[in-house]
Amino acid sequence: MERDKYIDDLKDIKDLMNRSSKFISLSGWSGISIGIVALIAAFIAHLKIKNWYTLNSFDGIINGKAIDALKEDLLIIAAITLILSLGFGIIFTINKSKRINQKLWSKQSKTLLINLLIPLVIGGILCLLFIQKGNYGVVAPLTLLFYGLALINASSYTIGEIKSLGILNCILGLIGVYQIGIGIILWGIGFGVLHIIYGILMKIKHN
Amino acid sequence: MKSIIANINKAFENKVRLGTMSILMVNDSIDFNSLKELLGVTDGNLASHLKSLEKNEYITYEKTFEGRKPKTTYAATKLGKQAFKQHIAAIEKLLK
Repeated sequence: MERDKYIDDLKDIKDLMNRSSKFISLSGWSGISIGIVALIAAFIAHLKIKNWYTLNSFDGIINGKAIDALKEDLLIIAAITLILSLGFGIIFTINKSKRINQKLWSKQSKTLLINLLIPLVIGGILCLLFIQKGNYGVVAPLTLLFYGLALINASSYTIGEIKSLGILNCILGLIGVYQIGIGIILWGIGFGVLHIIYGILMKIKHN
Repeated sequence: MKSIIANINKAFENKVRLGTMSILMVNDSIDFNSLKELLGVTDGNLASHLKSLEKNEYITYEKTFEGRKPKTTYAATKLGKQAFKQHIAAIEKLLK
């Protein structure tokens, strides 16, 4: 009897400490759905690029004019991916916060969001600058790198696993900058495969 | 065994007081309404338990104004944090 009460007390303490200082309403389903969207996007982008090369290069010489059409296609894919990911992320987060009874818009979620957004916005602007200057190859790895930094930066304000996900994304980003040309594949691993794996892990551990 | 039981703090036997102290261990301060929401208790219930923690000098409060609305924020004292740590240590020993 006594024993049960104290075990219960310790559980309450841990739960209240987490709930009052961290935003823990991240759902595994967010990770899984965003991962699937990213994989599909990476696959379509890969096909577009491959098609473009077969159509526009002749003996290794690339037709420079046609690149604008490809650029437009890729930007559209990127925009749709971003919107779908945000949408799925928000829907599943709202769901989970209702289920575990944590307020969605709170001091905790605001702190988490600000810490995520600072590296993301800076990275986003940097990527746009590189696109403007015609340096396309570094864009995919840079999105991985800055997304990873954002996760590391925000990891103290949410569940702990986010930190290792961030570190892995940073590593993939650095590899991508070093080895330009496999950017899309690394992007698929980072945003696709890793999100799905972490989503499943979160479902098992924090459900 | 006797010394362990001596370290179990009666002030933290109650769920509301235990919860309040848990929250104040990881937050520098918290206002009355957030505390109420996190613990899921009524105004009167929370107020009476906060008063008893104040009496023990485990927490302090500060009254400020947010526009025209008065706002009370609470924080744990050094003594309170120490007592809470001892209480947790005693529970953990007891469960071993």
